[in-house]
Amino acid sequence: MERVLVAPNPAKKEFIRRIERESGTEVSLCYQCGKCAAGCPVAFAMDYTPRQVIRLLQLELVDEALKAESIWICATCETCTARCPRGVDIASLMDAMRREALAQGVVTDKKVASFNQAFLNLVEKYGRVHEVELTLQFNLKTGQLFKDMDLGLPMFTRGKVHLLPAAVKGRQEVKNIFERVRQMGGDRS
Amino acid sequence: MKLAYYPGCSLDASAIEYNLSTQKTASVLGVELEEIPGWGCCGATSAHSTNKLLSVALPARNLAIAEKEGLDVLAPCAACYSRSRATEHLVREDAELAERVREAIGMPYTASNRTLSILEVLVQTVGLEAIAAKVTNPLKGMKPACYYGCLLVRPVEYTGFDDPEYPQSMDKIMKVLGANPVKWSYQTECCGASLVTMRPDVGLKMTYAILKNAVEQGADSIVTACPLCHMNLDMRQSQVEKTFGVEFNLPVYYITELVAVACGVSPKEVGIDRHFVEAFYHITHLPQEMEEPPAEPEGKKAQKISEKIAEATQQGQLEKKSTEEPAPESGEKTQPVELNKGAVKLAERLFPDDQEKVEQAARLFSKDPEKMKKVAQMMAQDKEKAVKVAEAFLKKEAKSGAEEVSKE
Repeated sequence: MERVLVAPNPAKKEFIRRIERESGTEVSLCYQCGKCAAGCPVAFAMDYTPRQVIRLLQLELVDEALKAESIWICATCETCTARCPRGVDIASLMDAMRREALAQGVVTDKKVASFNQAFLNLVEKYGRVHEVELTLQFNLKTGQLFKDMDLGLPMFTRGKVHLLPAAVKGRQEVKNIFERVRQMGGDRS
Repeated sequence: MKLAYYPGCSLDASAIEYNLSTQKTASVLGVELEEIPGWGCCGATSAHSTNKLLSVALPARNLAIAEKEGLDVLAPCAACYSRSRATEHLVREDAELAERVREAIGMPYTASNRTLSILEVLVQTVGLEAIAAKVTNPLKGMKPACYYGCLLVRPVEYTGFDDPEYPQSMDKIMKVLGANPVKWSYQTECCGASLVTMRPDVGLKMTYAILKNAVEQGADSIVTACPLCHMNLDMRQSQVEKTFGVEFNLPVYYITELVAVACGVSPKEVGIDRHFVEAFYHITHLPQEMEEPPAEPEGKKAQKISEKIAEATQQGQLEKKSTEEPAPESGEKTQPVELNKGAVKLAERLFPDDQEKVEQAARLFSKDPEKMKKVAQMMAQDKEKAVKVAEAFLKKEAKSGAEEVSKE
């Protein structure tokens, strides 16, 4: 890690408090043992390990933490949370960080965010996820038109694909939830 | 007993066999399922990465419909189960959030009911004995690796029906069905389902590690209770094989498929013929008998090590035996040592023309593997020297024997 001078900054302090409230946990509890990083199945692909992400937050290096690719690589498998000897809910912290990065428009991994957006758009539209359209939308958005196309036909012949989304009875109610969440000040709980 | 049934989006399409087999299993075991009318997507895993209120409101609506009927909910999909459990937890613990959730869904909801995973229903609601009573087609000879994945057992605050590091409920069910589940290291490791579409470089590696460990531990199949795990391990197995240049051909079953089949339902009826990796032939042609467990994990190195260990223990046993022999009676000390084949061979090579010496040396080597090792090593370099050393050993042995006799 590069050297960065640390000075107190009220805005950054407020950011940390918000993340902590959202995830119901405290970064200061962490004593940097590294058990989270040791058990993390995706640490091999991360730029900062989960332990380092928490350290960044402890040092109030907020921008570095938000821009870490790690928060988008986290698979939310909860291994870190289950094993933390200090009871830090690291997986929820990662969740809160992703939401914060979205709100601030600093998304390091656009693919993950695009997928999530495509996913939620479909839920809002149909009440459920329609896997075919999700794959198509995601591929279009990320410019990888033929990704997983080899799986399409076998899926179809096995009766695992509905070409058209189902007409869900509760469709309008689900749509209403999206609408109300937006009205209620949406992005932060 | 009656449960509200929340299949979730996957079970409607890519995991259709999980849906078929869950319903079949329930009817065989006498559990009545009532599908939640007009259920919607739970939002996993995109909603909780995007908006917290939304991520709680989406499952809350489905749970609220079931709560009105006074029913607990069966959610076979591990991701739906996890989101539903998280929702219940938050609604019970966080009054302020609960109020906002009720406002968002426009319905009363207090989380007075609870969501159950398929494993909880099988082990706790139905019970292992009740399952055992229904088994007519035991899965003898099957050696599955029971794969729980991440969301069924973690986090403990939400789930808590099994151990987060060493869960056993699925293993117990498989044993009741007549199978012999293997012990392995990746039972709660994440398969990377949420990453495989967006970051295949990361996701496929995770799936590879799971398949590899299952094969190394002697599993003939994997059992899951999650449509995302199944999709990753089954549908994407060919991608994993291509990426890493290996061949697994490991069938991946849903636990409900196996319960149904063991209870006499035809594999076709629960959709086992719809898998990507051949699973139908496997389940209809089980060996029916328990084979000997494989001696050691595959790989020549492991085999060599195991051979060495076997050799060492054999020698150890011989040593032990020789010390356990009753002390030779005076004058008859030639008798009781059990001859070791290797020792006889070495002795024959040392003294090809002297039958008496062969016998003496064989006896000595069988009794004292250290000396045999020394001589054998020397033999490889310098035969004459080895013969001299062996003769010296024999002389010494004869002398000590004579001393013992004279003492008595």
